[in-house]
Amino acid sequence: MDAKQKSPAEPRREKLITLFATFAKIGVLTFGGGYAMLPMLERECVETHKWTTSEELLDYFAIGQCTPGVIAVNTATIIGGKLRGFLGSAAATLGVVTPSLVIITIIAAVLSSFADIPAVQYAFCGIRVAVAALIVNTVIKLIKQNVKNAAGIVICSLAFVIVAIFGASPIFVVIGAGIYGLVTGLAFKKRTAEK
Amino acid sequence: MIYLTLFYEFFKVGLFSVGGGVATIPFYMELADKYDWLTTQMLTDMIAVSESTPGPIGINLATYAGFRAAGIPGALVATFSEVLPSFIILVLIAKALERYKENTLVSSAFSGIRPAVAGLIAAAGWSVMRVALFTAPSGSSLFTMLLSCDIKWLVLFCALLALMQIKPLKKLHPIVYIVFSAVVGIGAGFLGFI
Repeated sequence: MDAKQKSPAEPRREKLITLFATFAKIGVLTFGGGYAMLPMLERECVETHKWTTSEELLDYFAIGQCTPGVIAVNTATIIGGKLRGFLGSAAATLGVVTPSLVIITIIAAVLSSFADIPAVQYAFCGIRVAVAALIVNTVIKLIKQNVKNAAGIVICSLAFVIVAIFGASPIFVVIGAGIYGLVTGLAFKKRTAEK
Repeated sequence: MIYLTLFYEFFKVGLFSVGGGVATIPFYMELADKYDWLTTQMLTDMIAVSESTPGPIGINLATYAGFRAAGIPGALVATFSEVLPSFIILVLIAKALERYKENTLVSSAFSGIRPAVAGLIAAAGWSVMRVALFTAPSGSSLFTMLLSCDIKWLVLFCALLALMQIKPLKKLHPIVYIVFSAVVGIGAGFLGFI
């Protein structure tokens, strides 16, 4: 409910350079890609800039998951497009890609055994723990905001079990849940129409 | 011409890998079989480097492979070719989404999808937790895995998660936790705890 009130009614004309810079920042701060980016996206796009609601962000993630390519980049392309159309998409996509291009090129050129340096390995033991805690923290927030009834709890738990325990592809889960939403939505519409 | 090959191959990876960065790895295996600028050993190193540097893994892999094949221009061509197909598709979807977001069919589909995505992200969190907190190899039974829990990382994990729930700390940027944990990791490593 809370998230709905915060929804920006009129999209402000965000500067392209702001879009580029914000997504470059998200790119620099993301370790692990994909889902690890969600805590940063949530912070920058929902809380700081109020570009999307938390619900919309989930929708974009679902789309990014089901379309070809890298989820993090796909999500950036959609958010950029929502704010400023084609140019916005281009700015956000360039932003999220640029840090990788620079950092990886330097590492590939200078430090071919970067991942073997003990300090890097030790740092990553710690970073992985922080990333795990950040994702779990985001999940807690998302469940509070988006899982509001018994059906929601069942879908959310089922999705977790199917992917975490049975190792199925998340795409099938998104498609299945979409079909469920469509069917119940249509049934609800029919019922209200009959009344 | 190497740039044309890079464009063609990475465009294909971008078009056919559905499900994020890790989904691109099988495609790179195929490339390693096909071309001499990429080997399976390089691929293994690439995955380690991509995971230990900032940025989405899929993009890091493309940049690395492109650089190995043809230097900086190669890195640019490979990265942008991999992004191009999804860029085109998502620009179109973003347009369609703006037009149809009030549509009841679209909004009811998404009302089903939202709780599922929360579950998917929980599953992703679980897989990161497995690697971060447990030493047993993947595929071992749940019991063996739980026994292999590394207490020091579990303590750090719980402490971080508890800190994140405290009201005044909610404004803290996520990077603060990452830098803090990197320092803890380096400290623990050089003190001989890892």
